Amino acid sequence: MGKWNVKFKMKDNVPNNQHSDFILSMIAMVCSFLVAGIFILLVGQSPVAAYIALFQGAFGSVSSIANTLCKSVPLMFTGIAVAFAMKGGLLNVGAEGQLYIGALASVVLALKLPNLPGFILLPVSILFGCLGGMVWGGIAGFLKAKRGVNEVIVTLMMNYIAILFTSYLVNGPFKAEGMVPQTEVVPTGAAFPKLIPRTQLTVTLFLAILVVILVYLFLQKTSWGYEIRAVGENSSAAEAGGIHITKTTILTMAISGGIAALAGISESLGTYGRFIDNFSPSFGFTGIAIAVLGKGNPFGTIITAILFGAMDAGSMRMNRVAGISASMVNVIQGLVILFIAAPQIYRILLAGRRKS
Amino acid sequence: MNVYHVELKEITKRFSGFIANDHINLSVKRGEIHSLLGENGAGKTTLMKILLGLYSADEGSLWIDGKEVHITNPRIAFQLGIGMVHQHFMLVNNLSVLENIILGQEPGNVSLDMKKSYKIVQELSTKYNFALDLNAKVEDLSVGMKQRVEILKILYRGADIIILDEPTAVLTPQEADKLMKILHDMKQQGKTIIFITHKLNETMEVADRITVLRNGKNVITVNKEDTTPEELAKFMVGRDICFTIEKSKKKRGKPILSIENVKLLPQASDTVSLSVHEGEIVGIAGVEGNGQRELEEIILGLRKYKNGTISLLGVNINSMTTKVRKDLGIGYIPSDRHKRAMLSNFTIADNYLLGYHFRAPFSSKGILKKREVEKHSKDMIECFQIKVSGLHQSIGSLSGGNQQKVIVSREVSQNPHLIIAAQPTRGLDIGAIEYIHNQLLRLRDEGKAILLISAELTEILKLSDRIGVLYKGELMELKETDEYAEGEIGLLMAGRKAGIGTNG
Amino acid sequence: MEQLSSILTGDFILLTLRLAIPIILAAIGETFCERSGVMNLGIEGMMLIGALSGVLGSFFSGEPWVGVVFAIIVGAGIGFIYALLCVRYKADQVVCGIGLNMLSLGFTTAMVHAVWNRDGMSGTVAQVENVSIPILKNIPLLGRLFEKQSPFLYLTLIIVAASWYFMYKTKIGLRLRAIGDHPQAAESVGINVTRYRYASVILCGILASIAGAYLSIVQNNLFVQNMVAGRGFMAIAANIFGGWNPVGSFLASLVFAFAQALRLNLADLNIPDQFIQMLPYGLTLIVLVGVAKKAKGPEALGKI
Repeated sequence: MGKWNVKFKMKDNVPNNQHSDFILSMIAMVCSFLVAGIFILLVGQSPVAAYIALFQGAFGSVSSIANTLCKSVPLMFTGIAVAFAMKGGLLNVGAEGQLYIGALASVVLALKLPNLPGFILLPVSILFGCLGGMVWGGIAGFLKAKRGVNEVIVTLMMNYIAILFTSYLVNGPFKAEGMVPQTEVVPTGAAFPKLIPRTQLTVTLFLAILVVILVYLFLQKTSWGYEIRAVGENSSAAEAGGIHITKTTILTMAISGGIAALAGISESLGTYGRFIDNFSPSFGFTGIAIAVLGKGNPFGTIITAILFGAMDAGSMRMNRVAGISASMVNVIQGLVILFIAAPQIYRILLAGRRKS
Repeated sequence: MNVYHVELKEITKRFSGFIANDHINLSVKRGEIHSLLGENGAGKTTLMKILLGLYSADEGSLWIDGKEVHITNPRIAFQLGIGMVHQHFMLVNNLSVLENIILGQEPGNVSLDMKKSYKIVQELSTKYNFALDLNAKVEDLSVGMKQRVEILKILYRGADIIILDEPTAVLTPQEADKLMKILHDMKQQGKTIIFITHKLNETMEVADRITVLRNGKNVITVNKEDTTPEELAKFMVGRDICFTIEKSKKKRGKPILSIENVKLLPQASDTVSLSVHEGEIVGIAGVEGNGQRELEEIILGLRKYKNGTISLLGVNINSMTTKVRKDLGIGYIPSDRHKRAMLSNFTIADNYLLGYHFRAPFSSKGILKKREVEKHSKDMIECFQIKVSGLHQSIGSLSGGNQQKVIVSREVSQNPHLIIAAQPTRGLDIGAIEYIHNQLLRLRDEGKAILLISAELTEILKLSDRIGVLYKGELMELKETDEYAEGEIGLLMAGRKAGIGTNG
Repeated sequence: MEQLSSILTGDFILLTLRLAIPIILAAIGETFCERSGVMNLGIEGMMLIGALSGVLGSFFSGEPWVGVVFAIIVGAGIGFIYALLCVRYKADQVVCGIGLNMLSLGFTTAMVHAVWNRDGMSGTVAQVENVSIPILKNIPLLGRLFEKQSPFLYLTLIIVAASWYFMYKTKIGLRLRAIGDHPQAAESVGINVTRYRYASVILCGILASIAGAYLSIVQNNLFVQNMVAGRGFMAIAANIFGGWNPVGSFLASLVFAFAQALRLNLADLNIPDQFIQMLPYGLTLIVLVGVAKKAKGPEALGKI
């Protein structure tokens, strides 16, 4: 029956693995574009024209590049958040909920303390938002560590609770004037400065890249990171090595939640300047794809996030020019996840070819 | 009649690098209990897996009732009436005993006929005196009961050649006795039983004939009446077992570890107290499952205990975490190396870090010093002669002996006061065993306190200065090795105190 | 009090039943799937594809039941692909499920665009008619249950009963329960575990697809983008809440549907809508936390 993997984990610390991981990710990408191309053919359009339009929409001008990067920022955060938890042997399916809680917490704080100077208000808002995400993620970690409840199901359920709870707040107590369920605009001091004028791209791009690199360094180069990785690899052995499993598990989920929260914070304090009901197009779930594709490697995570961001950014042009629903990029993204989730496809196919 | 029920002729099985079975012959008569005796790694289990169709032999032939058969998969073995009780039970916890037994061969067409099933299975159970509650859930059963379910499962499928792989390893002595009775009953009913073991006393108790394997070859097949345990031991090991070893006269120092009134098992009627001093090896003998796992884990703080005190260097460590205990100077070689000691996919270097990842020189203010770790790993690999292809090889890809060497070297390298060595040589080849033994003796001579917990009596006798025996979570005795009379430890392991009679 | 009495009307009970149908069907599908050891988080996507298939079948044939049959065929196909990925290629089930959801959301929207050249909504198609059962509809009190109801109501109730019988009273059911807990044990007595897994996942795909088609061509007469709206996840919750048992899944789905019915009927209730919507997820969390020891699913779930 093959190997019975008890936990989801990325092959970590296995020498000479990074190279083949990268190749696998690339193969998955290519396969997805090919299969999606067949879909496009079936609906009677030209895949080549579609992909050219997609590319131009994503990278064709300064503003489209800015748009691509803008859309990739939250994905970098959720991607590295999920990857972080995976290193600790936990599958955080709850980044979606954590980013909603984080976003609302940061906005609410910014709105409540409008008189603070910007250089204090922004960091404080960010921290408060992260704290919200940490609590939300930490609850799942706590339940996992103390009660042995599967973190996948808990985080999944907590996503809905978070989305509905923030929706209630933004439709009720924190609702701004008007029809749209959203908060008031945060004070300018609490908003991330724009990176390129007349685009939505803000300095959160640098924050995201910084966080991705810091997370990598934390995991690989510090003793605390080692503890998290050890628990992810074999918690019984880690325990015998003196590592506190309960503490580490809660901490891992809390930190993951805190990072995921940054995705929501960057959107609400950066892109929009306010909290909008239901603002996330599944950043949290896409983050799982990014984590699996990027293998927790900082370079891989950033590149994958930009690729996914580019697809989102280019989809409108693909729709306009090639007449294909913008949703086709979701098909490609979904296919990428399926192809990368099953690396054995290639191994078995390759082995089959070698035999014949 | 000269036709054997089961015959294996000239079976040879090679794995990459070594020969597990080298032209082995085994002939089993119908209706006998045949003991397949040998040390770990002698090739017993491999041989039986060939008979069961789990492995295919490179050379040789299989014969059932005088006819050659080709057993290429377990289903064929099944049809020939061969069934095996594995060391790891194949039972579904959430199903009842009855459901487990009929699974895969349920009476009825589409619907389950539980009434009919109950009748059939109950009849079988009564016939062999199994005393099983068929409606009980398997997860609520004791280990011995589960084993009976496994045997009944095989009987239900109509097996008349029954192979048991080290069946008493997981049993308490009472359960083992009950098993022996069941084996006798099955023999009376005409079943043929092959009994894999490395325990002499069991063999002498239950077997009709005995085949001894050593290093993948057969040594001899004898009738029980024609042999003695001493002779069998000689066949198994290949030389006279030397119970003493050249040991320097011990210089017992101050106590390092003292355990006072700790209860190991909930059902134990007495608590355990013992101490380990500088420069001595205290061996804990006993059949597995009598509290050994609990003892090691309680000392390390991996398992909670309510009563009693444990002190290290005179300090009460009851409320301390595993980390603090290790930092005070405990080196720990766990009995389950894969579960408790290894990060299989991590590199060898990263495995050397485990447990010491916050200590200088490997870490400074929480920042890991990779270079120091690698230097240390290299030193250890050289010093302990560990065969690796590089520091960045994953530990999971090493052989068992080399994995254990990494663990032992890691645990002794940070100059601990106390070393807990639980089943330190389990599953290792002879060379690695010798090496680990010599290391433990070296550490003892350096003045370390060593608690050796082992199910291998020869190991205990060879290394220990003092020996204690665990039985049902109680320490039966603890005294100098040479104060034991011959056979006394064996009796204690079975729960019998000399002169007092049965204790149970 | 007045509000309480308005809840207990026959209309309300029937509404609850109708709202429960898609959740029940999907939850039972999930139960079979998880009993075989495969966790299917992609059930939301399977329902979505089923919903679209139903509309497509009805649209091209003009006959709603063709839509249902088409949905069943497509559901089996999706189930087969999912089984291929998770069982044969041993893909990570959680990741795979999420991928399937994303793919389905994109695919259905793109298909609607391609067929009707519209965004977000398909054209209207023929709908499965309600039926009345003669004689039975005249029974006092219970008669309402047999008057102008969807045939899917009866189909669902039959599926619930049949699934329970299948799971606990047949040989195949016993084997399935064994596989989820200890596949090696099942394998060791000659059960073809892989075949059972394929069958279970395909069955799950079919049930999820029917659930989706119910939404699109029974309850409605068109496909709307993301019209499943979380009912797949609700079904996963119902399966857990119901203790991985078809009847449990049925009862849990009724509880969740009751919450939905409350929303529809009691717009002026003081509790904010969002909190009522949270109910399924909150209840499932409580069950998981409160009786974690008992609320354990198949022991080998997710490990292939």
